[in-house]
Amino acid sequence: MRDVFIVGVGQTPVGEHWDRGLRELGAEAVRAALDDAGFETADALYVGNMLGGCVNGQENVATLVADAAGLLPVEALKIEAACASGGAAVRAAALAVAAGACDVVVAAGVEKMTDGAPDGVVAGLATAADQDYEASHGMSFVALSALLMRRYMHETGAEREAFAPFAVVAHANAASNGKAMFREPISAEQFARSALVASPIGILDAAPVCDGAAAVVVCSKEAVRARHRPVRVAAASVATDTIALAARSDVLALSAAAVSAQKAFAAAGRGPKDMDLFEAHDAFTIITALSLEACGFAQRGEALRLAAEGCIAPGGCIPISTFGGLKARGHPVGASGTYQIVEAALQLRGEAGENQIKGARRALAQSVGGHGSVAVTHILEA
Amino acid sequence: MDLARYHRLRPAYYRLEGQRCTSCQAVQFPARTTCRICRARTLEPHRLSGRGTVYSHAEVGQAPRGFASPYLVALVQLDEGLLVTAQLTDVDPEDVVIGLPVEMVTRRIQEHGPQGYLVYGYKFRPILRRRKAS
Repeated sequence: MRDVFIVGVGQTPVGEHWDRGLRELGAEAVRAALDDAGFETADALYVGNMLGGCVNGQENVATLVADAAGLLPVEALKIEAACASGGAAVRAAALAVAAGACDVVVAAGVEKMTDGAPDGVVAGLATAADQDYEASHGMSFVALSALLMRRYMHETGAEREAFAPFAVVAHANAASNGKAMFREPISAEQFARSALVASPIGILDAAPVCDGAAAVVVCSKEAVRARHRPVRVAAASVATDTIALAARSDVLALSAAAVSAQKAFAAAGRGPKDMDLFEAHDAFTIITALSLEACGFAQRGEALRLAAEGCIAPGGCIPISTFGGLKARGHPVGASGTYQIVEAALQLRGEAGENQIKGARRALAQSVGGHGSVAVTHILEA
Repeated sequence: MDLARYHRLRPAYYRLEGQRCTSCQAVQFPARTTCRICRARTLEPHRLSGRGTVYSHAEVGQAPRGFASPYLVALVQLDEGLLVTAQLTDVDPEDVVIGLPVEMVTRRIQEHGPQGYLVYGYKFRPILRRRKAS
């Protein structure tokens, strides 16, 4: 397999884009990434998107974006893996280059959630779960996370308030990210007082409904130019678990996340201690905790202690969500995995501005779909 | 829920019917083509006990289309050991705790199907105290 490099990144601000749809958002991110790389076009375009069909009434999203970005007749395919779609698109692009099928590929993620009525978006997100045995019984995405959080609190003896550092750190990091949706810091007290949406999950445990698009240009070594600051894709891996939470022998193990991380570490010849930062899938604070444990950054049941000790903040032993994460940068679901790669690449290029993790050489990015039924893990190296 | 989907889910929704593996004796729900433990294909229909305890629970405040909040949901650990996801019924939210003994009942699980019919299936309620036989 050939080495794969990221040589261009692009992203739209995350927020409520009432004046722009899937095509405008997707095209803006794709063009920005190509401009950053200094390329006019690419051999292929892979677009991560989750809700185009059920919220926007628009499938064939990759063709839509290729058309809007002026890339026709490029090979363009939509990649769908629920909330991990954006990460999966990067994996697909890396595979195409590594296999020698393409030299330059754009991987994008795009989501336009605010066009849908709230109950339609809630139903749309629930399609990532098991339709027959979860969604059809009234299980919302938030409710499934609440079931995990309640059980985690039961097994560890933790209180709700102990999850505060994940949200507080995310908001603090987003404050200096011009692309982030929520740029106001929050306090642990505000977290503790936040209204419950599905007890024990409060509004400040959860990432927001929003719109956005991000893209990266990946290429072979031969396509890297002198002007580039290439970031190597040291590993890209995907693993799956049962579609229904209830079918797992250990619901708190998040085993797809664990397996994909182990595969990535093995491929890169690295371990958790070699990582300088972790772009985590912090859609809910409980998922952040479970991801930290699944990836080996914390022992089972120890993620909250890690957070309480300041380990996850900039300057800590494993800084997470360095541009605000899903929680505060925002979670346009099918795009979030691509935003993580853009942000990790900026860190490794030393172009993260006020968000720069000093001396960052290696980053882990993990995108999780459907409460851990699918997970995509990337390791990037400067 | 679409009519054909509802029709094919009847064994699971009405009887909590899963499968038993005749090779390793493991029980699974819902049905699959292979045993989740030993991957054998020697599976036969198996009706679950419908009795167990609350493994985790939550209250849904913002309902998906087709449901009216608030309502309670849970992971129920059946006596056989496996988990089932379902709504809780006939219980106040403050009375639900992890470990609460519950049993399956058949209830309406969707208020309004898109084609106007009601969808029935399993929910779980606290086990009622039975009168002792004299």
